[in-house]
Amino acid sequence: MSLKERIEGILGRDLLELTEFRGDICVEIPKNRVIQALTMLKEEAGFDFLSDLFGIDNLDLYTKAKKKKKKSEDDEAQEPEEKGPPPPRFEVIYLLLSLSTNERLMVKVRVPEDDLELPSITGLWRAANWPEREVFDMFGVRFKGHPNLRRLLMWDEFQDHPLRKDYPLEGKGEERHLNYDIA
Amino acid sequence: MSKEKGLETICITTGPTEVGDYVTLNIGPIHPAMHGTLRVITQTDGETVISAKPEIGYLHRGVEKLGENLTYSQFLPMTDRLNYCSAICNNVAYEMAVEKLLGIEVPPKAQLIRMIMMELARIADHQVCVGILGVDLGALTPFFYLIIQREEIYEIFEWHHGARLTNSMGAIGGVEADLPDRFHEKWPKMRDTIRRANDETDSLLTHNRIWMDRTIGVNAFCGDDALDWGFTGPMLRACGVRRDLRKDEPYLMYDKVDFEVPVGKHGDVFDRYMVRMLEMEESVKIIDQAYALYKELPDDAPLMKKMPKIIRPPEGQIYHAIESPNGELGFFIKSDGSDKPYRIKIRPPCYMVYQAFEDLVKGEMISDLIACLSSLNVIAGELDR
Repeated sequence: MSLKERIEGILGRDLLELTEFRGDICVEIPKNRVIQALTMLKEEAGFDFLSDLFGIDNLDLYTKAKKKKKKSEDDEAQEPEEKGPPPPRFEVIYLLLSLSTNERLMVKVRVPEDDLELPSITGLWRAANWPEREVFDMFGVRFKGHPNLRRLLMWDEFQDHPLRKDYPLEGKGEERHLNYDIA
Repeated sequence: MSKEKGLETICITTGPTEVGDYVTLNIGPIHPAMHGTLRVITQTDGETVISAKPEIGYLHRGVEKLGENLTYSQFLPMTDRLNYCSAICNNVAYEMAVEKLLGIEVPPKAQLIRMIMMELARIADHQVCVGILGVDLGALTPFFYLIIQREEIYEIFEWHHGARLTNSMGAIGGVEADLPDRFHEKWPKMRDTIRRANDETDSLLTHNRIWMDRTIGVNAFCGDDALDWGFTGPMLRACGVRRDLRKDEPYLMYDKVDFEVPVGKHGDVFDRYMVRMLEMEESVKIIDQAYALYKELPDDAPLMKKMPKIIRPPEGQIYHAIESPNGELGFFIKSDGSDKPYRIKIRPPCYMVYQAFEDLVKGEMISDLIACLSSLNVIAGELDR
């Protein structure tokens, strides 16, 4: 049985989307079933090693697609704009690895901007500790149940989330207004 | 803490403070034993470490954010600044990730040159790690034996691509230059000197009573815990788990060479040292075999695949990992079809190892904490990115 079929069998209705690119399989699971789906993958599919965990901001991807659409609309006849809820802005990707079969799997969860919260998986793999802190630091996604959700790379007084696409590359000048509490 | 901050105030809480007669000892970020800019806040009871909380981010330069604003070729020199002890492994890891994204394979000669250079970099990295471990524990002599050999390896790098530390070797699609002529004369001699330096180090350290007392049984760690924490590379192998991406997910021509994967048993500082020492020996073997394969190829075999001037990969996302001297070094790249990556994520091996630092050193002495830190080979550039 191929990996695809196995995962389809195990995840069942939790599998929203399965894409394959250059041999890398990426599955999407619903946001409210993260723990259950990852537990199933860990215990039944043999993905017992968490290789990494990180976030992606899709803001530019959607604005670019919109611009392209507008351009083509200008060229051709005007089409009524699609109405519907905007696609969730953030993604969190879990990179899993099976130590026995050496297969890798990307598990994607979409996180909308108005509900930036995911359950923490530090109970499944302790390796998720710092990566979850980094995602919180860089994107602002909060992990419920994390033992110590503080900023990891930026300093504690920092306000923004630097890897978001609307944060400028040169920063906002925070380093010039450092407030040290000198005891 | 300062002022009201809405959301952040809820999330920024320092962990439970221990009450008692413990002394808080701050080590680093500027301290000769802290390898770059690492900082550990420890609670100590006499000389015993009760808790050790690592603080990172002192060398954070936003490499991932920079990567989103540079083209694929421009990002290559950034990868040098990750693990600067073995920059070539970072270069090749990144190049191979982009090549996977493009769906191309580089010519065999380029693959062999990459392998030879990567193994040389691995030897250099392990030499630094073992040498510094000795220095931190008070054994200065082996450091000199090893660092002279590293100098010779850097000489080869200099002949090949002009740089010694920040190599930026190769390009997306292959390598730019053939092995230098002087390499052919140098390698047979160098193979013996590397082995001799290792033997000298071995005879000075391995059965030394003081060395054994300071390393055997210090920070012993079991394999299951190590896997749970996401350990890879020599750290994991020292815990007794045989896992090496060169064997398990072979890339380049590692499936055509024959080598052993040394493993330890107890996961203590001594096993980590032994695994690194034995790995250097295996690397010499790999270079010998790769060089023999290289010799079979004609002189005018191609080194580079023909590449467009501006690389525009198709839309998609990939993850590719190689076995760097510290463990699994992976690059995740998401492309939106433009000439710049949409998102780059680097998976540094020592990031996962260092987050388990408190588990490793709890209950040990402060001087063992220093020994543990040296044996982890945490590189701040790779950790903070």
